Amino acid sequence: MSTGQVYIDERAPVAGAARAGQGHVLWQYASPQRFYALAGRLVPWFMAPALLLTLLGLYVGFFVAPTDHQQGEAYRIIFVHVPAAWLSMVIYLAMAFWAGLGWVLNTRLSSMMARALAPTGALFTFLALWTGALWGKPTWGTWWVWDARLTSELILLFLYIGFMALQAGIDDPRRGDKAGALLALVGVINVPIIYFSVQWWSTLHQGASISFKAAPTMASTMLIGMLLCSLGLWAYAIGIALMRLRCIVLERERGTDWVQRLPEVQRLLPAEVASAKKEST
Amino acid sequence: MWTAFLTVIRREVLLAYRRRADVLTTFFFFLMVSTLFPLGVGPERELLRTMAPGVLWVAALLAAMLSLGRLFALDHADGTLEQLLLTPEPLTVIVAGKVFAHWLVSGLPLVLLAPVLAFQFDLSLDAIQVLALSLLLGTPVLSLIGAIGAALTLGLRGGGVLVALLVLPLYIPVLIFGAGAVGAQSSGLGSSAHLQLLAGVLLAAIVLAPWATGAALRVSLD
Repeated sequence: MSTGQVYIDERAPVAGAARAGQGHVLWQYASPQRFYALAGRLVPWFMAPALLLTLLGLYVGFFVAPTDHQQGEAYRIIFVHVPAAWLSMVIYLAMAFWAGLGWVLNTRLSSMMARALAPTGALFTFLALWTGALWGKPTWGTWWVWDARLTSELILLFLYIGFMALQAGIDDPRRGDKAGALLALVGVINVPIIYFSVQWWSTLHQGASISFKAAPTMASTMLIGMLLCSLGLWAYAIGIALMRLRCIVLERERGTDWVQRLPEVQRLLPAEVASAKKEST
Repeated sequence: MWTAFLTVIRREVLLAYRRRADVLTTFFFFLMVSTLFPLGVGPERELLRTMAPGVLWVAALLAAMLSLGRLFALDHADGTLEQLLLTPEPLTVIVAGKVFAHWLVSGLPLVLLAPVLAFQFDLSLDAIQVLALSLLLGTPVLSLIGAIGAALTLGLRGGGVLVALLVLPLYIPVLIFGAGAVGAQSSGLGSSAHLQLLAGVLLAAIVLAPWATGAALRVSLD
């Protein structure tokens, strides 16, 4: 290596530093302040389609889809059960992804997103278990059975609760973020176990009716209803997670100027304090 | 590296020997919980024989969880843990040494006591053999996975309950395979599948858990 040549970028304030303004414009949304505004604009774009698609899917499921020749009318609970179960797994993977990303790249917004996703994921897991029990009673004759899929879904609920409990028990937010990330990543192994449980073990729970390789084994109206409900609940999950993320951002960043100046925060302060703050900013 | 491993084990076992009460309380907890179940359920032998693997395994699980508090908390309180994190030896090796010593002191006595307790439940001899083998394979996994939980909750207010909440979902597969092995043996299906899965889980835990525990310690102590 030659000794004389040193690369100096005149446009960088410090030798060797990255040049300002050279990153992609989308990186600005890694900042809590920027993403707070974006999330606020995005929430209606998710919640309105969520409502419409879910209502449409439920309509198709309850009024349009035919009666099942084996299970009668009781099968119709799958229009809630299957999307909830899919979402419980997808949300866990998303939560583990964002938490891991926040740990590795040290971005606090990613960890805040993981915190925002956890309660929604736990809710969908609980919903899947509950609607599954309601379905199991008329069709299998029992509310619960300890087969591989149900047990691993129950473990998923415990993992969500453990994630939330751990983060609630740690006062330092960054330590809580990293500890939660580790726990979420350790628990990721459970999701493939849930998914493949019906293939690996002989379970009471039925196998996959929908796969990427073969044609689905159910009537097309049933499939359409289920997909509409899935898309609707997925949009709901994203919308509600963004709403929760905004609340978490406000809590975590409450010491910053930009949060203090927000109209929604100003509104909550007593009148004299608010006007005093407005004078000083 | 090997010297570090052995030194850590020697230190842990020596400290546990000096505080024998800590170790023995776990041991007697296992004994008492296993005795509570027949008293609660009734003395019918057929019922006890079917219940035995599950009861003994759950008692071992609870005893393992109770003993986790001793793994890092004492060293954290007097600053030794920070020194261990600063040594040039790989943290994985040090953690593996601590967990192995923890198992020697807390898990192995359970493995040795369980066959004796199994007589209270009227288990057949071959079922007792499978029970001992399943506990021998399973209790190290309990120590390894429990170490991750103990490292994550170091110094937190929640105490033992929080560790239990974190660690029990991860213990459930071990419980299922361990107790299932004995159940399969008793019903004539053969325990080899369950025991092999348990051995697989043990090997995976030996490789991955010390690394995860080390990462958790760094998160907790930074």
